[in-house]
Amino acid sequence: MSLQLNTLFVTTDGAYLRKDHETVVVRVEETTRVQVPLQHLASVVCFGRVGVSPELMSALAEAGVHVAFFSPTGRFLARVEGVPGGNVVLRRGQFRCADDAARTLELARAMVAGKVYNARQFLLHARRDAAEVRRQGLADAAEHLASSLRALGRAGTLDAVRGVEGNAAREYFAAFPLLVKREDEAFRFGGRSRRPPKDRINALLSFGYALLAQDCAGAAAGVGLDAAVGYLHEERPGRLSLALDLMEELRAAVVDRLVLSLVNRGQVGPGDFLEDAAGGWRMSDAARKTFLVAYQEAKQVEVQHEFLGQQVPWGRVPHLQALLLARVIRGDLEAYPPFRVR
Amino acid sequence: MSGGPSESDALVPISGLQHLMYCERQAALIHVERVWEEDAATVAGKLFHERVDRAGTERRRSGRVVRALPLRSERLGLVGQADAVEYHADASVPGGWRPFPVEYKRGRLKSERADRVQLCAQALCLEEMHGVAVPEGALFYGASHRRVSVRFDVALRQETEAAARRLAGFIQERWVPRAVFDARCPPCSLRARCLPEPVSQPGRAARHLARMLNLEEGE
Repeated sequence: MSLQLNTLFVTTDGAYLRKDHETVVVRVEETTRVQVPLQHLASVVCFGRVGVSPELMSALAEAGVHVAFFSPTGRFLARVEGVPGGNVVLRRGQFRCADDAARTLELARAMVAGKVYNARQFLLHARRDAAEVRRQGLADAAEHLASSLRALGRAGTLDAVRGVEGNAAREYFAAFPLLVKREDEAFRFGGRSRRPPKDRINALLSFGYALLAQDCAGAAAGVGLDAAVGYLHEERPGRLSLALDLMEELRAAVVDRLVLSLVNRGQVGPGDFLEDAAGGWRMSDAARKTFLVAYQEAKQVEVQHEFLGQQVPWGRVPHLQALLLARVIRGDLEAYPPFRVR
Repeated sequence: MSGGPSESDALVPISGLQHLMYCERQAALIHVERVWEEDAATVAGKLFHERVDRAGTERRRSGRVVRALPLRSERLGLVGQADAVEYHADASVPGGWRPFPVEYKRGRLKSERADRVQLCAQALCLEEMHGVAVPEGALFYGASHRRVSVRFDVALRQETEAAARRLAGFIQERWVPRAVFDARCPPCSLRARCLPEPVSQPGRAARHLARMLNLEEGE
C-alpha cells in the first residue's frame, strides 16, 4: 500500500510539471527546480499559474495520486484524479445511506461527535499550559462543549444535529482568542469569518482547512467513495460534502493546532499578510510556504489511533477514517467510530 | 441462489479461486470490491509472472508448449490464463495431443490445496475448450525447483467447481463476507484494507462512539 504522505506543493508562478521516466520534473523558466520519483508522492498541490503536462496527469492518475489546483489566494479551483476505484457497489451503498434519513442521522451524529469531542480535547489541552487568567474561560468553553455532546446524543433529527454543531462551533470560536498568546493587535481574532477571511488568523484557518479538505477528498476517493455525497453537509453543486464531513473531526487537532503554533511561536508575523481593498486578508507567498512546510511536517507526526489500536502518522488519519466509513456503509461496522484525540 | 454463469456476466477469474481458498473475504475484497494492495510479495509474484507469461509456442521433442494461453469455461463462467500448457503426444486422443497444464509458483509451497484447485480449474477449461479429457497437470515451485504432478480426480474436480460457484455467487450478489480475525490475517497483504480486527468485534464501534458522546473516559 502507499504509505507515502508526501505532497508536492508547487507555489511558483509559471512553473511547469512534466513526466520524465518515473519522476515528476518541476521546471521554472527553463531550469529544473525539483525532480521527485512518482512513487514517493501521495498528492500534488499547485498554487497560482502552474501547468501540468497531460502525460504527467495520466501517470499520476494511474498511480492514484491526485493533482489539486488552487488560486494564488488559496481558493480551491480543481482537482484531477483518475478513474475512481472500480467500486460501484460501495458508491451505491453510499448513496443509499444518503437517501436513508435514519442512517444519515446516525452518521452525521457521529461526525459531529468527533468534531465536538476533539475540539473540547483541544481546549482542555490548551488549558493545562494556559496562563491563570485564561484557564477559567477555557474550562467554561470545554464545559459548554461537553453539554453539546450530551445534547447530540439526544438529537432526534438531522436538523437538531446540525443545530448542536452550529452552537458548539460558536462556543468554540468564542473561546479561540484565549488560545492566541501573541498580544499583538494584528493577531486579534474576531470570530470565524470566511470568503473573505476578515483577519490574519482567519486567513490562516481558511488556508489550512482548504488543504485538509483536499486531503479528505483524496482519502474518500482513495477508498472508492464519492467525495461529493455527504451526510452532515448538505449536497450543493461543486461542494465536496463528504470531504467536509470527514474533515470535521480533524479541524481542531490538525489545522487549529498548526495555526496557533505558527502564530504563538512567531513563525508568521503581522507583515506576512496582505489586506485587500474590501477588508479581506490573505497570506503572503512566504507565509504560505512556511505554512505548507509545517503542514507537511505535522502529517508525519505519529498519533495513537485508538479504534484501530495502532500508531499512525497524522497524514494517514483521513484515509483510515474514510476506510472505516466505507466499512460502515458496507455494513461491516454498525456505527462510524470518529477519530478520537487523547 | 445464482443462475448459471451464461445467464450473467459474473465471470470468475481463475486466479481468484486461490484467493477464495485462502480466505473468502480476501477473494471478495479483490474480486467484488476491487481492492488491491501491493506488497513485496505481490510485486515479486507479478514480476515473476511477467517473465513466465510471455505468450508463444515452443516445440520440444516431447511435443509443444504454449505459454500464456487464454482459458475459458462457459459452463463454470471461468476465465483466466495458463502459465504453460504442454501438449503431450497421445494416440488415444482425437488429434493426437493431450493438454497438460503447468502452473508456476514463485515461492515455496504455501497452500498446495489452493494451488491444486487453481490448476484443476485450468484443466476444466482445457477440457471444455479442446473437448478432450485432461487427467493430469503439474505445479512448478520456483524456490525449490520442484515439479509436483497433480491428478484431477473426482474429489478435486468437485472442490474446484464448488469454489468457482462460490466465487461466482459473491461476484453476482456483490457480497463480501464479514471479517474473521485469525492466523491468516497477519501475513495477508489486504489486512490494512480489510481491518479484520476492529471489524470482527461486534458492538465495538458503537461503544467507541457512545463513550465520546457520554464523555465516560474524557476529563
